[in-house]
Amino acid sequence: MTGEQILFGLFALLACGGAISVVLCQSVVRMAFSLIVSLASVSALFFLLNADFVGATQLMVYVGGTLVLLIFGVMLTASSPFVRIRTSPAEGFLAGGIGILFLALVAFTIGAVDWDATTAKLPAPATVATAGHNSAESGNTMRPLALALAGLRPDAPGGSGYLLPFEIVSMHLLVVLVGAAYIARTKRNARSAAQSRAG
Amino acid sequence: MEPLLAASLTDTFAGHLADCPVAEWLGVNFAAALLAAIVHVALLGAFFGVPAGIFIWLERKVSGRIQDRLGPTRTGGRFGWLQSLADGIKLLQKEDLTPKDADGFLFRLAPYVVVVASFAAFLFLPFSDGWIGSNADVGLFLMLAMLSLEVIGVILAGYCSGSKWALFGAMREAAQMISYEIPMAICALIPIVMAGTLNLNEVVRLQSGAWNPEMPLPPFLNWNIFHPVAGVAFFVYFTCATASCKRAPFDLAEAESELVAGFLTEYSGFRWSLFFLAEYASMFAVSGIAAALFLGGWDDGFGIVHGLKQSGYEFIGNTLGMGIFCLKASKLVFLQIWVRWTLPRIRIDQVMTTCLKYLIPMACTLFLAAVLYPLILATAGQRPQILPGDSSGERGVSSAAASADDVPRNTPVTTVMVEGME
Repeated sequence: MTGEQILFGLFALLACGGAISVVLCQSVVRMAFSLIVSLASVSALFFLLNADFVGATQLMVYVGGTLVLLIFGVMLTASSPFVRIRTSPAEGFLAGGIGILFLALVAFTIGAVDWDATTAKLPAPATVATAGHNSAESGNTMRPLALALAGLRPDAPGGSGYLLPFEIVSMHLLVVLVGAAYIARTKRNARSAAQSRAG
Repeated sequence: MEPLLAASLTDTFAGHLADCPVAEWLGVNFAAALLAAIVHVALLGAFFGVPAGIFIWLERKVSGRIQDRLGPTRTGGRFGWLQSLADGIKLLQKEDLTPKDADGFLFRLAPYVVVVASFAAFLFLPFSDGWIGSNADVGLFLMLAMLSLEVIGVILAGYCSGSKWALFGAMREAAQMISYEIPMAICALIPIVMAGTLNLNEVVRLQSGAWNPEMPLPPFLNWNIFHPVAGVAFFVYFTCATASCKRAPFDLAEAESELVAGFLTEYSGFRWSLFFLAEYASMFAVSGIAAALFLGGWDDGFGIVHGLKQSGYEFIGNTLGMGIFCLKASKLVFLQIWVRWTLPRIRIDQVMTTCLKYLIPMACTLFLAAVLYPLILATAGQRPQILPGDSSGERGVSSAAASADDVPRNTPVTTVMVEGME
């Protein structure tokens, strides 16, 4: 039992506890806060696993961005503050069934994976360097990731990176944004036209 | 974990802990890292709390002077220099109220979320060369992510207060923070693109340098603020940073004349003062980012720090550098205070217009210009240097040092593209 393992267990427990509490809480604000705890713990797990960039992205995108949007969406659409969301027994039964099925799937997958197959390829732990610009193996994944996304992978055979997928994803996001703005605007225009007709 | 932990101290502690049974049970490296983390957090705690107290006093003095008053004069003898401490003691004695309609647990928790988010940002401030809480390669990215978490505490505070003033304040604050984060991050990216690293320590190192006898230009021309594009970006960044600290003229979240005190309405005593501590600390943090990215960080601009470190007085040089860094950041905080007591508050629609219609297009244009500028220089002028005042050749030296990394450090993508064009 090393300190890293203790910390990992702690954050894993927090992530699971937060997720369970999202389901069990009835107040919208508490659900949102439990989700923060869960997502932030996942980012801590990434840090513990030497994936610093993914951890930071998790904090920035999921905890920061998505959650604020969620808070906006859920809280502002609720009719009164501290609205409670109650689930009917049938919904609980259905959700529990799906949850158990998913748990079985995850357990089956965990059992099927040969976990020792990649041990030799994993980064060596605990190489502490004084200056910046460490190698990717010691956990500074920033530079290799950035180069790979810009289309350069010096270490890979062929040396080509992921520029095309990166561009496709960003164009896709742009299309989604424009589409969302278009849909929101049409609705508002239709409603205001209807109001002016009624008036 | 390792890249985020304090490095040099960890090695020292690891040597001492080799025989300790507890350390063996935890893993020697982990125990050493834990001790180093405690030391760093304690040191940073001083930088978190003490400047905040000084800035609160400064705010009162400056606002007094601007309004033709004296401000605090008596506490602590002269100039009222103990006023912040007296305020703190007064606030500790106040009753810790929780309104009847509030969600008690989250209402009490919200100030801690704000303080933790603001404190975590201090981990990545480069106080001096290598004097940084965590010399992570994702430094600035993680720092901006941490600072953006502050809004969650504010929203929780506003929503869980069970008061309409607080809810309005929190919603305004959330809308404002989300919009201003975008131009702020884009402007912070400009020096990052120029330096080719997110590590704030490296960004400052690239701006520092010594006098070159062959070239009569002072080394402070290396600072990013003298770069034609980044110099403009500094002002856009600073506007957004002021807004992200919810300072006037962007203090819509508190807006005393409209919303009583916004999200702070229901808070009293120590929890209220925690919000204030976090606000002044994050003012220092964003000013520190500005100083590191644009104003040369710990570099004094005349090669003094550099010279001291070259001639063996590394500790003295670093201490001087830390003083210079704190001075630069404090001057920017002073600027924020000055702006607060000079400009009137703008309306919420004006806040949104300023951001969406002016600051974001400006930031995007500047970013494009910053990317194209070195390419234009390299193709037209046959001069791949980004700054004209590279008198010390510091950039050349440090990129040569990094070439052991087998990937060139300075804007690697640009270099490759230029080679491909020829």
